[in-house]
Amino acid sequence: MTIGRRAQAAIVGAATFGIGEAPGFTSMDLAARAAIAALDEAGIGLAEVDGLFVGQPSDFLSGLTFAEYLGIQPRLTNNNRTGGSAFLTHMNVAALALAAGEINVALIAYGSNQRTGTGGLVSAAAPNIYEKPYGLRLPVGGYALAASRHMHEFGTTKDHLYAVVKSARDWAMLNPEAFLRKPVTREDYDSARMVSDPLSVLDCCLVTDGAAAIVMVRKDRVEKRKAAHLLGLGEATDHYQIAQMPDLTTSAAKFSGQRAFAQAGLTPADVNVVELYDAFSINTIMFLEDLGFCKKGEGGDFVGSGVTGPGGSLPVNTNGGGLACVHPGMYGLFTVVEAFRQLTGTAGDRQVSGVDIAVAHGNGGFLSSQVTAILGSNATR
Amino acid sequence: MKIIEDIRPDQEFLAFLAQGKFMLQQSRSSGKPFFYPRVAEPRTGKTDLEWIEASGGGTVYATTLVRVRPPNADYGVIIVELDEGPRMLSRVEDVGPAELFIGMRVQAKIVPFEDQHCVVFVPAASENSGKDS
Repeated sequence: MTIGRRAQAAIVGAATFGIGEAPGFTSMDLAARAAIAALDEAGIGLAEVDGLFVGQPSDFLSGLTFAEYLGIQPRLTNNNRTGGSAFLTHMNVAALALAAGEINVALIAYGSNQRTGTGGLVSAAAPNIYEKPYGLRLPVGGYALAASRHMHEFGTTKDHLYAVVKSARDWAMLNPEAFLRKPVTREDYDSARMVSDPLSVLDCCLVTDGAAAIVMVRKDRVEKRKAAHLLGLGEATDHYQIAQMPDLTTSAAKFSGQRAFAQAGLTPADVNVVELYDAFSINTIMFLEDLGFCKKGEGGDFVGSGVTGPGGSLPVNTNGGGLACVHPGMYGLFTVVEAFRQLTGTAGDRQVSGVDIAVAHGNGGFLSSQVTAILGSNATR
Repeated sequence: MKIIEDIRPDQEFLAFLAQGKFMLQQSRSSGKPFFYPRVAEPRTGKTDLEWIEASGGGTVYATTLVRVRPPNADYGVIIVELDEGPRMLSRVEDVGPAELFIGMRVQAKIVPFEDQHCVVFVPAASENSGKDS
């Protein structure tokens, strides 16, 4: 197996905290609890963290807030914000800084109390004068427009979107941490309240509390730890506002995926599990196409065939995803935590056997930012 | 000739709308219209920009029906592809949600919005657009 340059870095700790409802905690409390848990899992002390990466919901200087809260003085603080994909961009910078010797231990964290907190939903999506008059509800409206176009061009149907929802829910039922563990039926789906056609409330991600964190080190520090090695990582963006997206049926995941696979020296056929950012049901279909797991336009039938669910040949969103497990405003880092768990054999009842290569894919904005990470088990180092 | 220092994209666009004109920008050397207004052509960075009046013709590229609580009425939002090439967010007036479809020919119309104006669209058949669908 060919190992790319980024295999010089690995994740050695990954944790979640407060998934679902975590009343009484601030968003920063939640991020810090997840961070400490990830460090504990790695067996690395807080004082060793010299690279700090975070992007809190309503705190645009949260790198500073987080360093102060933890009582550390990092050499590198990064608060890059690309929407929910931000934490995978943090992995990119962390891997480069680790490889360069600028830092030795990177901590990447996120937390939000958006379900139980008093602040209400937090959205960075402020409309400009070219969007505001029309009342598009964001972010759902952006994805709804993309879904309408996908349906128009490729004959994608509500049956296909339901297959995405069902697959995610079936996985969530195997995950004790997941927020929605009740089976979903076609009747539930057909009677769900419409939000922005063609998307109903069941096509939309959850609104939950929750936090996630990971710890990254250089390969030489992995030693006997459980690890997910970073084999490739690609970023891409081609618009912010949905009306500026070059092609509403193809996201920049096409390019982030190509870059990540090229670095890793792998192809989609080598991948055992896929954890992707399913903010809305259409995302799963589009990203499986864009990342090369099926042809453009065939994502609906691909998911509809059942391959992405439990027992399927390409397990997708094995924790239940943003649709059924957790979605505290930004979900990207949870894709990485779940990939880590699958690669380290710690995923419990939902563990897929023989996982050596996992994809974690983040999305930000309105299909605007795409970041693909390819992670390998200890067998790939 | 307008020089870069003159251009205040949002202000000028809105001022044109107030005069009843829906304007796009293009680089004189590229000759390819773009939207939304900027101080430089996207991709090339060219600053030899001029305003040109849009034909107003367009085709619906994507649609969504925004659901709201009664007594308010659900309403459609679209991305329209202008005949000049650029796309923009908008809505179609004078048409029920059920009659709105991708591929529909539409014509621009300027309407008041708050203390400014915005561009909406109506079905091309109800305006004398002179274009075939």
